[in-house]
Amino acid sequence: MIAVGRVVGRVAESVAVSTSRLSRRLRLGGGTSIGGAVLNRLEPSGMERLAAGIQQGCVVISGTNGKTTTARMLRACLQADGRRVTANAAGANLASGVSAALLEASRAKSSGVAELGVFEVDEAALDKVTKRLRPRLVLLMNLFRDQLDRYGELEVLAERWKKLIDSLPEGTTLLLNADDPALAHLGGDRPNTFFYGLGDSDEPDRQLSHAADTLRCRGCGEKLSHDFVTVGHLGGWRCESCGLMRPEPHFLGVDMQLRGFEGLSFSVRTPPGHPPETPGHPPETPEQPPETPDIRASLPLGGLHNVYNALAAASASVLLETTEDAIRSGLADVDPAFGRAEQVTLEGRDVRLLLAKNPTGANENVRFVLTEEGPLHLLILLNDRTADGTDPSWIWDVDYEPLLDRLSGLTLGGRRCWELALRFRYGGAPNESFVVRESLPDALETALASTPEGGVLWVLPTYTAMLELRTELVRRGAARAFWETS
Amino acid sequence: MIAGAPPAVRLCHLYPREMNIYADRGNIAVLARRLAWRGFRLEVTEAGPGVKIRGGEADIYYLGGGQDRDQQQVAQDLLATKASAVKAAVGDGAVGLFVCGGYQLAGREYRSADGEVMEGMGVLDVTTEAGASRLVGNVEIESRLGGEAIRIVGYENHAGRSKLGPEASPLGRVIRGHGNNGRDRTEGAFAQKFFGTYLHGPLLPKNPQLADILIRWALEFRYGERFELEPLDDQIEESARRAAISLSKRGRRTRKPRPISRS
Repeated sequence: MIAVGRVVGRVAESVAVSTSRLSRRLRLGGGTSIGGAVLNRLEPSGMERLAAGIQQGCVVISGTNGKTTTARMLRACLQADGRRVTANAAGANLASGVSAALLEASRAKSSGVAELGVFEVDEAALDKVTKRLRPRLVLLMNLFRDQLDRYGELEVLAERWKKLIDSLPEGTTLLLNADDPALAHLGGDRPNTFFYGLGDSDEPDRQLSHAADTLRCRGCGEKLSHDFVTVGHLGGWRCESCGLMRPEPHFLGVDMQLRGFEGLSFSVRTPPGHPPETPGHPPETPEQPPETPDIRASLPLGGLHNVYNALAAASASVLLETTEDAIRSGLADVDPAFGRAEQVTLEGRDVRLLLAKNPTGANENVRFVLTEEGPLHLLILLNDRTADGTDPSWIWDVDYEPLLDRLSGLTLGGRRCWELALRFRYGGAPNESFVVRESLPDALETALASTPEGGVLWVLPTYTAMLELRTELVRRGAARAFWETS
Repeated sequence: MIAGAPPAVRLCHLYPREMNIYADRGNIAVLARRLAWRGFRLEVTEAGPGVKIRGGEADIYYLGGGQDRDQQQVAQDLLATKASAVKAAVGDGAVGLFVCGGYQLAGREYRSADGEVMEGMGVLDVTTEAGASRLVGNVEIESRLGGEAIRIVGYENHAGRSKLGPEASPLGRVIRGHGNNGRDRTEGAFAQKFFGTYLHGPLLPKNPQLADILIRWALEFRYGERFELEPLDDQIEESARRAAISLSKRGRRTRKPRPISRS
């Protein structure tokens, strides 16, 4: 039986690998998922088998926003520490994408065998994938309103995550964002659970926006209060009614310096005993004031949301016994995930891509763009395919209005470009202040033409619009195909 | 009315913080702008939990959709502090717009999957039961709300299956999509000048004809005289409608609708 199983596994693997190569050769796509899908179909336990072969185990990362970037950061830190890592790098974050990465890793020469797996996993696929991967560390970042058509309400997702956490073996380390009231207490009193969070935000003007979703206490249902707000509903929260509040972070992000598109610096205040002397044993009293000096990190990515991503990656690195030097150099070298604050030059214009597919992400992007001085040139692209969310109504929860006074060029494109036009029209923008282009190449051309040479064109696409835009940029020779970026 | 200020329509926004899941502020923005473009103002009063409202203080009542937990909490407060004023307003001829969860709360009751009954305001003769699946996608319906047939487009996403009682009429017939329950091809409900619907997107930006019907009703209720609204340049609205209709065609298609007059 065992021998038969092994043969089935080997056959399944080679069929799967050939399929993904074929897909790439036929230019059907990056072949980043299809091989995994074939493997999952032919050998349902293939993912378990391949994951079990990864010596130091796997890390699973999930959350509405930032998982791709955080997975990249964590991988960079681990690699700087000299560890060989396999990851689903291109954001293929369903079971098929994870299997595909494992498959790829299992095919590597023995000198390149991965020691650790770092996988970002779709929020709704998290329970299934986690059960099969049996990760050593689970990192849960945030839960924002996103794709209601596909995931249902936030509450439903949070409940599923809670069930998953209850089923995790005690040996699995759980790392949670203390600042997100939607998930901070999903672990209850579970041992081997760690928290990260930000110290007071240095942007005092941040208010809870109307798009903030988890305003009620998960404990008693009453409204939450915030001492400070960072991104969306994240921040220093507490419930006046039942006393539930933000857990004390084991990893605290402090002394943040945001330098717009140039990047940011911050310090991680780590718990005592970390990096731990004895691997795998968390300190017994992590509540004590830190004894270890802060880790000061700088990275070339901007925005407060990226402080969260970097803090999550640094915290996970510490828990995976990575050296501080590796964390510093890993974060310093990280380049943006595709479409996330990516920068290309096209026809003498500096084109900057900021992906967003939900109100929280889009509001952060708008805020980010507004930190730039001078008149703004924008191209906003709205698609409504499955990966974007088929319901475009979320754009009405984005505060585009502060942009209006600063715009000197606004082009709207994507399959639902007219919805964007209505959003701006009813937001107070005169019809003649924007241009609508249904075809993406036209939209790009119009936006480029309205941006002066040497100027910056900000592009705010949804997920599949970003993929289409990248294809167009590749065609025009401005960017590499996304599966070639690592 | 303040001397010198343009005439205003008063909108009472019920639970704007709790019930806003499908971008309900887009609907309010459309009413405000389309009134402003014709020289009127929209005065919005927000009525959250614990705020008692009295009849006669608003011309339009608005309640949007929320997550299940918010909806349950709002339901009790709604009955305690607002339902009687809203009921009185229907009788007076005020305008009401209730979307998604708000539509369910405007009905008589909502029965959850485990049989628990959440009482609604009963301003619309509608009862809702939780279904096993969610009805999701682009929708197109035909309505005769303002007298002549108009097409209304939007997006639906609801687990509740609603049935109309004899005192409510459907807002429209489903051309494409699921509607009230995915079975009887009705969508939404209205009685007098109150109506509820599952359509969001939000509802009003892509349906300027519907928005103008509401505005006209509200002005007539406020000032007690007939109003003819100046037409506006709705080219962008028309383009967005066309795009939405062509998308709904790719989605679920129900049987061919019969002419509405025979129903």
